[in-house]
Amino acid sequence: MNSGDTAWVLTSAALVLLMTPGLALFYGGMVRSKSVLNMMMMSFGAIGVVGVLWTLYGYSMAFGNDVGGGLLGSPAEFFGLSSLMGTNGLDNGFASDDLVFTVPSMAFVAFQAVFAIITVALISGAIADRAKFGTWLIFTGVWATLVYFPVAHWVFAFDGAESAAGGWIANKLLVVDFAGGTAVHINAGAAGLALAIVLGKRVGWQRDPMRPHSLPLVMIGAGLLWFGWFGFNAGSALAANGQAAEVFVNTLVATCAAMLGWLVTEKLRDGRATSLGGASGVVAGLVAITPSCSAVSPLGAIALGAVAGVLCALAVGLKYRFGFDDSLDVVGVHLVGGVVGTIAVGFVGTAAATAGVDGLLYGGGVDQLWRQSVGAGAVLVYSFVLTYVIGYVLQKTVGFRLDEEDEVVGIDSAAHAESAYDLHQAFGGVRATPGADTARPAVSSDVEKKESVEA
Amino acid sequence: MRLITAVIKPHKLEDVRAAVEAFGVTGMTVTEASGYGRQKGHTEVYRGAEYDIALVPKVRVEIVVEDGDAADIVDVIVKSAQTGRIGDGKVWVTAVETVVRVRTGDRDSDAV
Repeated sequence: MNSGDTAWVLTSAALVLLMTPGLALFYGGMVRSKSVLNMMMMSFGAIGVVGVLWTLYGYSMAFGNDVGGGLLGSPAEFFGLSSLMGTNGLDNGFASDDLVFTVPSMAFVAFQAVFAIITVALISGAIADRAKFGTWLIFTGVWATLVYFPVAHWVFAFDGAESAAGGWIANKLLVVDFAGGTAVHINAGAAGLALAIVLGKRVGWQRDPMRPHSLPLVMIGAGLLWFGWFGFNAGSALAANGQAAEVFVNTLVATCAAMLGWLVTEKLRDGRATSLGGASGVVAGLVAITPSCSAVSPLGAIALGAVAGVLCALAVGLKYRFGFDDSLDVVGVHLVGGVVGTIAVGFVGTAAATAGVDGLLYGGGVDQLWRQSVGAGAVLVYSFVLTYVIGYVLQKTVGFRLDEEDEVVGIDSAAHAESAYDLHQAFGGVRATPGADTARPAVSSDVEKKESVEA
Repeated sequence: MRLITAVIKPHKLEDVRAAVEAFGVTGMTVTEASGYGRQKGHTEVYRGAEYDIALVPKVRVEIVVEDGDAADIVDVIVKSAQTGRIGDGKVWVTAVETVVRVRTGDRDSDAV
């Protein structure tokens, strides 16, 4: 065991956890003021559900010994993580139960847990303002189990690291996906697209104004995401070493270039560079450099980031052309950015970087390019199809889409009986006294329905 | 008594308030308002999606005055609120039947 590596991995795990509250702010600022709390709670809810499932069987499904074909880890091997307890920290060779590379397995468990959490939380942006909260929580558990845990196994489980046999994309297809362009971003983006289609458009989409209610929240959220993303990418080195440093610099500079790319695109197309564009460009760049950060030079990272910034700025308009309400552009930013970053390794990957592969533009031919493309396509199709089925079944059984009346009034009061902002001191109401008739039900058609049934 | 209502640009509020105070007016009620006239609205763009924002932020100032002062105070307001550019706002005067000061119960002229 290496204590420096362990310190960095544990620190990175905390950094990556902070990304999800950061995402809650990023998404929360973009919705209308009547639904900001629900938007943020979808992220926090994902933390709760996925964190528990990860400990129970998620880690085992992702990093347990492969059950066949590189498709799934054994859910029983590390169930409840009990078999990983008592790691004594002594370097006893390469005992897979005690150490992952040079860090204790529990540190790796913690680091990968927060990846699972944010991947699920990312999806929520596609279905803003209109998903029943209880069904969303069920969805987070089902989706993590059927989609994320297997795909994490495909992409992140290397032979001999956590268990003897790992996943097919990492070990057979040999895709370079350093921190999760496929498993995290293409995965969440394709899922967002499927759910946006299953749940349908918001009431008044493209008719009513749906302006972001607080761009400062969006900017703070983007800043926290960027901060946490250094743990996401550089932490994925699983060591405090030169690779982590190279990845760190690429993560910094690709994001800078992507923000500039998005702003220039807006200036030329719309006449103004916007703060929402700046924040969005930051996230697009972070997404695109995620799979490629170990495979490109700093100059390659600049080119890659700039291209991602421009392409994602153009892609966010696609939903209007195709008529799906991907409310906060999970597709335009995460799916498109993830595909761009993953495929880009096949073009601008350089053997001088730690991943050690040459892309097409560095004389490596098309070998890596087709590997990257197959990996990206496989995750995209798997995630889209399974998410569509999961969403459809939930909609037909427990109901996924919020009642129209609740949606129009606002999901914050309907689902949570809260309002985000108390801006008018005269309108705060009075404290309800138990039993007295001053008590009013939360504004929700559910409550009204119950009352009319009782009457 | 007369109620003077002025809808003006928000950044001219302090000029108007100072001017009518200098004239001798001792109170006013101010409300944040939205509206449009010849100015119409403006366009905002979020991730490439354009929104026509018809309503422009304004401030509504209300002052109750004696009949004889109304015309002069309107002049003061107009002069102090004017920028000469489109969107400066409107001022109008309406008759008021009764005014009561809540603290004392004073009515009409005593309450203004």
